[in-house]
Amino acid sequence: MANEVVLLDFWPSMFGMRTRIALREKGVEFEYREEDLRNKSPLLLQMNPIHKKIPVLIHNGKPVNESIIQVQYIDEVWSHKNPILPSDPYQRAQARFWADFIDKKMYEAQRKVWATKGEEQETGKKDFIEILKTLESELGDKPYFGGDEFGLVDIALIGFSTWFPSYEKFGNFSIEQECPKLIAWVKKCLQRETVAKSLPDPEKVTEFVSMLRSKFVPE
Amino acid sequence: MNQEEQVTVLGLWGSPFSKRVEMVLKLKGIPYEYNEEDVYGNKSPMLLKYNPIHKKDPVLVHNGRSIAESLVIVEYIEDTWKTSQTILPQDPYERAMARFWAKHVDEKVMVAMWKACWGPKSEREKETKEAYEGLKYLEKELGDRHFFGGETIGFVDIAADFIGYWLGIVQEASGVTIMTAEEFPNLQRRSKDFIGNDFIKEVLPPKQKIAALLKAQFGSVTSKLNVIKV
Repeated sequence: MANEVVLLDFWPSMFGMRTRIALREKGVEFEYREEDLRNKSPLLLQMNPIHKKIPVLIHNGKPVNESIIQVQYIDEVWSHKNPILPSDPYQRAQARFWADFIDKKMYEAQRKVWATKGEEQETGKKDFIEILKTLESELGDKPYFGGDEFGLVDIALIGFSTWFPSYEKFGNFSIEQECPKLIAWVKKCLQRETVAKSLPDPEKVTEFVSMLRSKFVPE
Repeated sequence: MNQEEQVTVLGLWGSPFSKRVEMVLKLKGIPYEYNEEDVYGNKSPMLLKYNPIHKKDPVLVHNGRSIAESLVIVEYIEDTWKTSQTILPQDPYERAMARFWAKHVDEKVMVAMWKACWGPKSEREKETKEAYEGLKYLEKELGDRHFFGGETIGFVDIAADFIGYWLGIVQEASGVTIMTAEEFPNLQRRSKDFIGNDFIKEVLPPKQKIAALLKAQFGSVTSKLNVIKV
């Protein structure tokens, strides 16, 4: 049976980036469809009726929603190469735990940094830096979060790096100064073709975030 | 069981999250030790804002190594002990669906339900609506199957243990009724079957104890925003 894979996505989405990377890691041919979030396609609404969010992975007509769930699905279906989750159950649990941590903590925290100002932003910035430091400490001296191999947690986090210049610009701080090991890890990941191909130019992301910010924070 | 296998659950007696882990261990016939956690951390109301679900209980300790987050633990148990009673389906698509619905329970239904019962008064109507809608999706997804797992208890059933047992008690204690038998016949039926299961029954905390705890902690429905501790 032919493998038809469609990805409904939005170019600056750090969540969509995860699924793009996973598909490329497995060498899966897929059709990328850009969604206009102000004018969502009937297909998106049909395939993700509860959340109406991207990314939506459609495999042979059947939708899989939620990026970390999509990445695990991709790993299980195309299990022949580049494993994304480790084979050891304990390592798998650690990977899932940290992917879950990133999902629960990163999005809300980073949002405060660019979408607010004043005291709310200062608190948000502090929280965000703390989260980054926690992640940096988890990374330690390993090349990737999973150890020697690029895996789930790297995929879960790397997309946020395209938003780093935005956080730095609006939060007025340097991520490299706060978390040098994390920045080194970002650079290492970007050397991977699947990652480089799946991430947008951070400059373009900053332009986009500036536009978004002007809606939330009238200057 | 291997003499060297040391499995310990650190949990809170009344918590649906702790119980998820115990339920799966029981269903799979894995012997374990239970330790009631001493720490009853005083978490700030800000926690509710970020995510009331991200708590410290339960923790599974297996041969000296610890795993946290109830659903991560459940998957770990599934990965580690290959028993005939499986919690997740074999098919990758069915597994993805199970994970999706488990996440839906955690993030859409449980959060909204707590806030509907004990959140800021101004938000309660909105949260009640959200909890109701979340439950409706689950009702539809369950259909006329015995359990979300089909004929046997599965991953989503475990995730939805709160709906199967605690929800009724919470509704009584708070005076907020979101899930009625008339509007949610499928979920109601599943709840009965779920708590009727011998293994599940073994680990459920006594109803009166939970009700008393809730009433003592949260007082009347009109009390101000409190920390969710259960």
